[in-house]
Amino acid sequence: MSTRKIGEVILKVDNISLRFGGVKALTNISFDVREHEIRAIIGPNGAGKSSMLNVINGVYHPQEGTITFRGETRRDMDTHQAAEQGIARTFQNIALFSGMTVLDNIMTGRNLKIRSSFLEQALWIGRARREEVENRRVVEEIIDFLQLQHVRKTPVARLPYGIKKRVELARALAAEPSMLLLDEPMAGMNVEEKQDMCRFVLDTNEQFGTTIVLIEHDMGVVMDISDRVVVLDYGRKIGDGPPDVVRNDPEVIKAYLGAH
Amino acid sequence: MTAGETFPRLLAAHAAARPDAPALREKYLGIWQTWTWRETWTEVREVAAGLASLGFRRGQNLAIIGDNRPRLYMAFASAQCLGGVAVPMYQDAIADEMRYVLDNAEIEFAIVEDQEQVDKLLEARDTLPTIRHIIYEDPRGLRNYAAPGLLSLDALRAKGQEWLAAHASRLDDEIAQGRTDDVSVMLYTSGTTGKPKGVAQTHAAMIFAARGAVGFDHLTERENVLSYLPMAWVGDHLFSYAEWLVAGYTVNCPESADTVMIDLREVGPTYYFAPPRIFEGMLTNVMIRMEDASRWKRALFDRFMKVARRVGADLLDGKSVGLADRLAYALGNVLIFGPLKNTLGLSRVRVAYTAGAAIGPDLFRFYRSIGINLKQLYGQTETCAYVTLQPDGEIKLDSVGKPAPGVEVKLAENGEVLVRGPMVLKEYYKRPDATAEAIDAEGYFHTGDAGVFDADGHLKIIDRAKDVGRLANGALFAPNYIENKLKFHPFIKEAVCFGHGRESVMAFVNIDLTAVGNWAERRGLVYSGYVDLAGKPEVYDLIRGCIEQVNAELAGEGELTHSQVSRFLVLHKELDPDDDELTRTRKVRRGFIAEKYQPLLDALFGGKAVQHIETQVKFEDGRTGVVAADVRICDVKRVPTRAGGAA
Repeated sequence: MSTRKIGEVILKVDNISLRFGGVKALTNISFDVREHEIRAIIGPNGAGKSSMLNVINGVYHPQEGTITFRGETRRDMDTHQAAEQGIARTFQNIALFSGMTVLDNIMTGRNLKIRSSFLEQALWIGRARREEVENRRVVEEIIDFLQLQHVRKTPVARLPYGIKKRVELARALAAEPSMLLLDEPMAGMNVEEKQDMCRFVLDTNEQFGTTIVLIEHDMGVVMDISDRVVVLDYGRKIGDGPPDVVRNDPEVIKAYLGAH
Repeated sequence: MTAGETFPRLLAAHAAARPDAPALREKYLGIWQTWTWRETWTEVREVAAGLASLGFRRGQNLAIIGDNRPRLYMAFASAQCLGGVAVPMYQDAIADEMRYVLDNAEIEFAIVEDQEQVDKLLEARDTLPTIRHIIYEDPRGLRNYAAPGLLSLDALRAKGQEWLAAHASRLDDEIAQGRTDDVSVMLYTSGTTGKPKGVAQTHAAMIFAARGAVGFDHLTERENVLSYLPMAWVGDHLFSYAEWLVAGYTVNCPESADTVMIDLREVGPTYYFAPPRIFEGMLTNVMIRMEDASRWKRALFDRFMKVARRVGADLLDGKSVGLADRLAYALGNVLIFGPLKNTLGLSRVRVAYTAGAAIGPDLFRFYRSIGINLKQLYGQTETCAYVTLQPDGEIKLDSVGKPAPGVEVKLAENGEVLVRGPMVLKEYYKRPDATAEAIDAEGYFHTGDAGVFDADGHLKIIDRAKDVGRLANGALFAPNYIENKLKFHPFIKEAVCFGHGRESVMAFVNIDLTAVGNWAERRGLVYSGYVDLAGKPEVYDLIRGCIEQVNAELAGEGELTHSQVSRFLVLHKELDPDDDELTRTRKVRRGFIAEKYQPLLDALFGGKAVQHIETQVKFEDGRTGVVAADVRICDVKRVPTRAGGAA
C-alpha cells in the first residue's frame, strides 16, 4: 500500500473490563496499537466497539484494567487529557454545530491550540490576532486536503450527509492529532462517498503519519485499508491480527463474517 | 504590429513595462494569490530552462493536462520560449482516450496538475514508452511514487535556475530564434467523426485573432477574466492565453471546479465567456429561488422584469426609450437588476460572449434585458475560435454577427460558410489529406456549416452543410434550421421536415406530452394517452398556431421564406432511439424516418387528409408490438414574404 513505516506500540490496553450496572460491555480486553498504523475494530452490533473507543479517549472509565499511552500507564483516561495528548475522534452520529459554517466548525478543532487570553481575543489584539491567522492557515490546509472549498462558508445543517462526515474528520484533523479515533466514518454512505472517505483516511495516514483506530462495518473497507484488525463479540476479544489472518479465523467466521 | 511577434516576447514586454501589475491570480488556502508580470516571466523562464536542461528541443510538443492553473498557463509560454508547441489536453479524459493524442503528438514531455493525471500518464506509458518526463504541479499523494522521469514542477524550476546560471544567454537566444509563423499551440478537435485531429495554430494566427477581439470590444489591461473552461478548448486558449498576453489583463483561476460560481462572485469579471448551458443554469437557479421568495419580493421581481423585457435590450443598444420607461428601468436597476447581477457575479461585466450551441431566444433576451452585454460569436478551433462577432448595438437573436475585422467570409454554392484570413489553421498535424480537404486552393477554410447573410450583412448559421438541400425551385432548404425553430415552442418535442427536391416543405411533429398534457388538462380536454392526445383536433389547432408563427418568422428571412411549412401531421408515436428513429444524442435520422413512414410522407405530399398507418414499436422490455392509427394531416397558412431580416 505504501512505504510508511509502522513504528513502536504507542497505545496498549490491558485487561479492560467495563460494566454498566449488571451489563458487561467489555470483558478483559487487551490489544495494542502501533505508531502510524491503521487499526480496525470490528464486531457485530453491541459487541462493545464504541465502548472501547470511549474508554480510549476517556468518555468511559473502566472498572478494571490499565491503559498505556506513550509510555504512561493509567487506570483510565480523561477526555481533556486525551485531547491534549493528541487523541482526536469523530462520532458515529454526527456531532457538529449545525448552525455554524464548515469553516467555523473546523476552527473549533483548533480550540486547544489557542493560548491568548479572553481579553486579547475580545479586543482582537496581539497574540489573538497572530493566532487566528495561524489557525486559519492550518484550517485552510485541511479544507484543501479534504476538498471542502466549495462549502467553506455553508452552514453545516444544509450539507448532505457524506460531506458532514467529512467535516467531522476535518475538525478532528484540525487538532493535529497523533492518533485519530474514527467511529464508523463510512456508515450510511453510498459507494462513491465511501471510496472518497477511504481515500481521505489513507491520505491522512500517509500525509501526516496519523495513527488511526477505526470502527467499521463494511468488511470490504476494513480488509482493504487496515493493517491489523481486532474482533470483538459480546464484549470479548475473539480475534486479533492482520486482515488475512482474521478473515480465515474459524471463530471470527462463526461469530461475525459467517452471519453475513 | 511588429512582424516578429511571439507569445514569449509579448510576455517579456509586459514584464518590462508593468512588472508589478497582476498577471495571474489563483485562490489558494482561501486567499487570492497573485503572480505579477515580473514573477510570471521569471517562472516561465526558469521552467523553460528546466525543460531545456532535460533535453526539450525546438519543434517538440509539450502535453499540458489539468484544471485551469496559473502555473499550467505559464507552461504554455515555457514551451514556446524554446520553440516548442503546447498541446493542452482534456483533463477529464481517461487514459485510453489520451493515448491516441499522446501517440499522435509524439509526447515526450508532459506538465500535469496532480496525481490523477500522473496516474493516467503512467498507465498510458505501458504502450507509449516515449513519454519520458512527467512533471507535476501538486505533489499530494505522489510522495511514494518511484516511476522514472517523474519530477515536481518545483524541482524542474530548481534545475532551470541552475541551468540558467550555467548557460547565461542560451535561453535569450532561444527566445530570439522564435518566429511568428512557428506553430505555438496544437488543439485537438473533439472528433465526433473519426479520430481527433491536431489543429496546428501559429503565434501569428492566435495573436491576430486575439488582437482582433481585443480591438473589437475595446479591451484594456484593466479587464479581469475568470478562466474555468477546459484549457484544451480553443475558446479558453483565446480568452485566457492569447488575449491575456495581447491585452495584458488579469486572468483569475478558480479554487476548484466546484467553487466556480463562488469565485465568479468574488472576482467579478469584466469580460466573460460561457456556453449557453451555464447561462441557462444560472437563470434556472434565479427562477427557482424567486419561486421560494416572499410574495412581495416576487411581485417586485415580476413587475420590474416586465419593464426590463420591454426596454432593457433597447437601452443596452443605445436606442431611444421614453422618459417614463427610463425612470422605471433605473428604479428596477436599483431594486432588482443590480442586486441580481451582483448575486450572479456579473455586475462588472462589460462584454460577455456565448457560443458553442444555439442559445434560446428567451435566455439571451433575459441577460440583455437586465443590462448584461451578452453577445454571440461563431467560429471553430480551425479559425482560432471566431469568424464572426456581434458588434455592440447590432445584436440580433438569430444571427452570429458580422465577419470580424480582417476575416473574409463567403458562401459556397451549397450555402457552406467559407473563411479566409490570417487566423485559419496552418494544418492538421500529420494529416495532409485532411488539410487539403479543409482548405481549398484559394486558401478558404471549409467550415462544414451552412449559412446565409441577412440584409444587414449578419451571418446566420442554419445547418450542417451536408444536410442542406434545395427545393424544386432551387431555394435553399435547411431542415435542421426549421426543426430547431419549431422545437423552440414548448409544445413541440421533435420535428422532422422534408422538402429536398420538392415543391414545398412538409413536417412530422411529436407533441411534448407533458406540456400539451398540461395544456389539455387546463382546458378540460380528456385524453387516454399519447396517441389519443396527438390526434385531437384541438391539439392540431394548437400546433398549427406554432407552425404559423415559424412561417411568419421565415417570411422575413430572404431565401428561407420558401421553406415555410405547407402541411404537417402529428405522429401517432413518439420518435425513439430504441426504434432507431433518433440517435442516442437525440438527433433525428431523417432518411430512416422517411423510409419507415413512407405512406405518411406520400399522403403529405399527395394532398390526402387522412392516412392509415401501422407501425412496429419496440417496448423497453424488448418485446415488439404494433401501433395503428388514422393520422390526420393539416394544412398551414403560408405567410407572404417580407423584406428585411430583423428579428
